[in-house]
Amino acid sequence: MKAKANIVIIGGGIVGTSLAYHLACLGIKDIVVLEKDYLAAGSTGRCGAGVRQQWGLKMNCILAKESIAEFEKLSEMIPTDYDLEFKQKGYMMLAYDRNMANQYKKNVQLQRTLGIEVDYLSPLEAKAIVPHLNTEGMVGATFCGKDGHLNPFTTTLTYAIGAKRLGAEIYKGTEVLDMKLEKGKVSKVITNKGEIDTGLVINAAGPFSKNIAKMAGVDIPVYSERHQILVTQPIKQIQDPMVISLKHGFYCQQTPHGSFIMGFGDPNELKGTDTTSTWNFLEEMAEKVLPVLPPLKNLKVVRQWAGSYNMTPDAQPILGNSEDVENFYMAVGFSGHGFMIAPAVAKAISETIVGKKPTVDISMLRLKRFEAGNLIKEPSVV
Amino acid sequence: MKDNVIVCRCEDVTVGEIKKLVADGINTPEEIKRITRMSMGCCQGRTCGGILQQILSNLLNEPVDEIKLWEKRPPAKPVLMKALIGGDTDES
Ligand SMILES: Cc1cc2nc3c(=O)[nH]c(=O)nc-3n(C[C@H](O)[C@H](O)[C@H](O)COP(=O)(O)OP(=O)(O)OC[C@H]3O[C@@H](n4cnc5c(N)ncnc54)[C@H](O)[C@@H]3O)c2cc1C
Repeated sequence: MKAKANIVIIGGGIVGTSLAYHLACLGIKDIVVLEKDYLAAGSTGRCGAGVRQQWGLKMNCILAKESIAEFEKLSEMIPTDYDLEFKQKGYMMLAYDRNMANQYKKNVQLQRTLGIEVDYLSPLEAKAIVPHLNTEGMVGATFCGKDGHLNPFTTTLTYAIGAKRLGAEIYKGTEVLDMKLEKGKVSKVITNKGEIDTGLVINAAGPFSKNIAKMAGVDIPVYSERHQILVTQPIKQIQDPMVISLKHGFYCQQTPHGSFIMGFGDPNELKGTDTTSTWNFLEEMAEKVLPVLPPLKNLKVVRQWAGSYNMTPDAQPILGNSEDVENFYMAVGFSGHGFMIAPAVAKAISETIVGKKPTVDISMLRLKRFEAGNLIKEPSVV
Repeated sequence: MKDNVIVCRCEDVTVGEIKKLVADGINTPEEIKRITRMSMGCCQGRTCGGILQQILSNLLNEPVDEIKLWEKRPPAKPVLMKALIGGDTDES
């Protein structure tokens, strides 16, 4: 392992690897990514990897739009033998009451002004896109055909390969144990494989971000929360878009492999980084999804697993340096939507670090917003 | 073993694919599973697990029992969605 690096990134998920790639693209040499397990071992490899531009807040729409634009050209930017399995057949968001429908209509207006091709649909129009959708009780839906999902493992691997080609080094099986500060700045990262002197550290440790921040003497208002998910046997393609219902709190997609992947947000889920699965989840998942997508009742569940959301008080990430420890940066607290905004976030943070004006203004996501009481209100968060 | 020999029958993974991954540094069962879907099929790796350990043991020059196989995921056997809501439990 190197004894010295310009930048140390802690965490080899989608955020850490895309940061390494974007920083290397901006000409930074001597970037090191430290990952305690293997790439995408954390939330990234356990997530639905859905990407949607249908948000209620301008900044989130733009972050997602820029990220999807990057995913669209990723295999040209970083050619590899691995298939990103990018299925860009849309996201359909179901509305069940007037309030939700009105909010969605407002969102559509905003999204269109930002150049996002999204439509408000009647239940019948929604059924034309997802024929097995039971529209009972539905008031309408919104649909954006450019949304979709990717394979989170090959996407992370692709960014890692891109970063390595530009000179970055990625050490798996390397756990950060502590940090040393000098004159209020982080000067050294201590791992189970040795120590690295560094000029800058980025915390991209997902569910473990609070521990990492503590090592730098920074307290961040985050906690982790378990989220469960299941996958079925593969069948022929019957469902184009990811279907999500904020009322039921579920999302359900069919992967290019043919299997269905689905999950829901349980308000009483376990807090912490425990990722064991429960039988209860399977039952509740079936109860929620089958009335809406009835033919799925004949599918067999082959596996279930769980991952963590890293949560903040407003379910929006904490980005940028900590201000108290100037060379300690954060890209944490992504709640349930870190995969889909990672590329644009990584680019903006990288630009900030090299002193360029960021492509997307992420200043409202800095840590100090909580102290100042400037919490962000995103109406369309799952 | 020849490169075109199939190791995982559920997901059609060959010896050649595994060799390529190992050359790319993807050299543990957990990582290989995630990239190839090996062991993610109906049998959950009951058939291919031992074969993968053998292959990795040869390629990496490590004793077979030091190659840690993937974590088991529930359910142990595939279960119908409708059985979960107390509906039809007939798997035929
Ligand atoms: C069930 C589920 C479904 C989801 N669905 C979606 C979705 O559809 N769309 C979407 O956009 N997002 C989704 N998310 C959220 C998404 O997974 C996360 O926001 C995103 O993956 C965060 O990426 P990350 O790189 O920050 O974190 P991670 O992928 O968790 O990476 C952090 C890494 O840091 C490593 N690490 C931690 N501590 C240390 C240490 N001390 N030393 C070295 N390494 C360390 C970990 O091993 C880990 O690999 C979902 C999450 C879950 C759990």
